[in-house]
Amino acid sequence: MKSKFTIFALITFALLSWGLYEALIGAPTEATMGPVQRIFYYHVPCAWVMELCFPANFLLSIAYLIWRKPEIDALAVSTAEVGVVFCTIVLLTGPIWGKPVWGIWWTWDARLTSTLVLWLIYVSYLILRKFSIGGPNAVLAASLAIFGCLDAVFVFMAIRWFRTQHPKPVFGGGADSGIDPRMLQAFFVNMAAFTALGILLVWLRFVLERTRQKVEEAHAMKALGATR
Amino acid sequence: MSYLYAAYIIVWVVLIGYIGILTMGFRKLAEEVKELEK
Repeated sequence: MKSKFTIFALITFALLSWGLYEALIGAPTEATMGPVQRIFYYHVPCAWVMELCFPANFLLSIAYLIWRKPEIDALAVSTAEVGVVFCTIVLLTGPIWGKPVWGIWWTWDARLTSTLVLWLIYVSYLILRKFSIGGPNAVLAASLAIFGCLDAVFVFMAIRWFRTQHPKPVFGGGADSGIDPRMLQAFFVNMAAFTALGILLVWLRFVLERTRQKVEEAHAMKALGATR
Repeated sequence: MSYLYAAYIIVWVVLIGYIGILTMGFRKLAEEVKELEK
């Protein structure tokens, strides 16, 4: 297990290095926005990982409510936490890109607002998980996860359903969408790299959570033994 | 150009910071396991 993790970590590191090279040097500079457009190669893959983590958390929360297995619960909390990390990156890199291109750091359009709400929902979920133990709190956390997942779908669809300050989809967004093939290569390398990083972080967090659950169990058994 | 570098630095600060938090979590658990074994 440990060697598998090391191999996967090395592959991820190699992909991230390649991705960084492609994003800063390999890809051509965009004609209208200039170098700042290169934020795209980190911003979008991070949003992609976020959009993978939250629906995964939703499915795992449902699965936990059905089967009540601690492994599923550990994986659910791991996906939520890693999702929040990537959502934070999206919310930070977006305004840094927006300021030189739009002239403003932030606007309350459908895409940006729903992403902020998504972040708030999952931060609440993590706080709820951290400061509560078992019982009806698991149901409450799962309910929050359902709202969160609905919002994750809304975030994805917002630029298709509404007129927003945020640009329309780069891929599949109509006749004028799409990018230069060299940009496409940089984009896909970073998509692969950040997806691998997301999996690696969920893996690491899952191991941590499972260990924590086992230590808590051992503490409880020890306390039980002491009272007998 | 400074916006670009600021964005890339922030991404890595957040990610490395998170990995640091996970590492601290593992260390804390290792100490707890040691105490349990005593």
